[in-house]
Amino acid sequence: MTPASDTAGPVATAGLRNDLIAAAAIAGLGAIGYFVFPDDLAFLTRVIGLAFLVISLDLVTGYCGVATLGHAALFGVGAYAAGNACLAGVTDPILMLLVGIVAGTATGLISGVLVTRFRGLPQLVLSIAFGQLVAALANKLSSITGGSDGLAGISPGPVFGMFNFDMFGRTGYVFSVAVLLIAMVVLLRFARSPFALMCRAIKDDTLRARMIGVAVYPRLVVMYCVAGAVAGLGGALTAINTGVVGLDSVGFERSAEALIMLILGGAGNLWGALIGAILFELFHHYVSAASPFHWMILIGLLLIVVVLFFPKGLVNEVVRRVGEFRQARGAR
Amino acid sequence: MRTVFGILPDALAYGMVLFTISIGLSIMMGLMRVVNLAHGAFAMIGGYLASFALVSLGVSYPVAILIAVIGAVIISVPFEFLLYRRIYRKSDELTQILLTIGITFFIVGVANYIFGPTSKPIPLPELLKGPFDLGVRMIPTHRLFVIGCGVVTAVALWLLIEKTEFGVRLRAAVDNGDMAEALGIRTQIVYSATFALAVGLAAFGGVVGAELLPVEPFYALRYMVTFLVVVSVGGAGSVSGALAASLLLGLADTTGKYLAPEFGEFFFYVAVIVIVYIFPHGLFGRAH
Repeated sequence: MTPASDTAGPVATAGLRNDLIAAAAIAGLGAIGYFVFPDDLAFLTRVIGLAFLVISLDLVTGYCGVATLGHAALFGVGAYAAGNACLAGVTDPILMLLVGIVAGTATGLISGVLVTRFRGLPQLVLSIAFGQLVAALANKLSSITGGSDGLAGISPGPVFGMFNFDMFGRTGYVFSVAVLLIAMVVLLRFARSPFALMCRAIKDDTLRARMIGVAVYPRLVVMYCVAGAVAGLGGALTAINTGVVGLDSVGFERSAEALIMLILGGAGNLWGALIGAILFELFHHYVSAASPFHWMILIGLLLIVVVLFFPKGLVNEVVRRVGEFRQARGAR
Repeated sequence: MRTVFGILPDALAYGMVLFTISIGLSIMMGLMRVVNLAHGAFAMIGGYLASFALVSLGVSYPVAILIAVIGAVIISVPFEFLLYRRIYRKSDELTQILLTIGITFFIVGVANYIFGPTSKPIPLPELLKGPFDLGVRMIPTHRLFVIGCGVVTAVALWLLIEKTEFGVRLRAAVDNGDMAEALGIRTQIVYSATFALAVGLAAFGGVVGAELLPVEPFYALRYMVTFLVVVSVGGAGSVSGALAASLLLGLADTTGKYLAPEFGEFFFYVAVIVIVYIFPHGLFGRAH
């Protein structure tokens, strides 16, 4: 939660305390959503699904410095896999999530092998090409994706055999918040692991990392697999909650939006990814009602402002300000 | 054989459109190292201006092209002055991508606010409308015109870069900006001139290529990726590389669409992945 936990060495007790704070924060946010916006649960559930995509993107962009505009592929494949599993008779939501994770990891492996080989422009273009390739396949293989009509009729069974998905989206919402809570705690631990710290080192100075003996390429590929698992989880969760998977879940727009959300919140900080997703979707929700083109003007201006004035993202900016404030108070 | 003759003119014309639009981006990326995703937005501005000039003002086709190119350059000046100058050479790709995506969204939104959310026609003059007899088969005259425009652009740019004073300064700034600065070349002016050149070329390509890449509300977003891919495959800053990449990718895309239309852009991106993986700095590019 505090910046110190991300940068300083992991201390076991502080780690546990941070995990508890994280869990409490998500549970608290979830409860606020549930009781304050009872009519918007479907929207909030959608935001949680997308938040997984942004968190996943943060793992490769914020932690490894990989610029990618094709990340939705990992999310979409997870969603399609979970949807197909459900149509094939695997209706247990937990199993569907597992299917999504496995499919996302596999896609992450292929994508990571391709994309992390180079830096700079080739990397960016390879990531785009991979994403577009998956999108073209999703359009073509209509027997398993439903083509442009999308995959419909996904009706998962009750959670743990007890809680049915209701038409108000209550079960879906609680289920999603629970999944987010568990995933976030696990990922926050992961982000403090030596592995993730080494990825940060690679991001900061690839050459130096290589000189001290870090095997850069395999590490980035592994990180891509982890990101694939997270994105696949989000995709599966979205498929479970909405009952449909469309071509938009693999599209370029989704990838670009995820990147915008990440930068808005702050890359290199999992909380930034989560909050960026929530802020962007809220902004979208309330502004796009006017007209899609007004919405584009506003999001364009917002992006320009954020890049110019808050290049590290809103969350990191707030953290920095709070830190400065504390220091100033400590000095007095 | 018939199929080959069916595909080739279209592939060539499409490739030349890609070249005319992308070459500005390529020079800009080679020189200023800016991943400018808003390049297509400037091509779109050209298309909208030409359509407006032709349909509402009723000017002739060449005048409309002129209006489009000059208008797009004028419109781009505040963007260059306020935003692009901050990201020349120094900032990381992520910042550039986000800033230029933001600019694209902004331009798309404003363009559609002014001109409305329908696709815009760019009517051709009588001269370019009919078919043209090649001897082997008939092809639309417009395709020949587009191919001609591409060739003229390539030759003119080659002359500009290799044979003029500006070209010398440009190449010096590309190779080593700091050294060029130290030798008294005012790189900021070279940068601004190059930016204007890039925008003008984009607008020109946007107008003459409107038959193949129609001017519609989401033009800037739809082809954003395509132009970037052409530059990456060709190698940033290389005219011959951009030409080769445009023709190659135009051929891959057109062939794919003729022979297996249901696969969409599948073959295009397979070609991209293979080429970029084998030549990470582009076909004719150099490592920076």
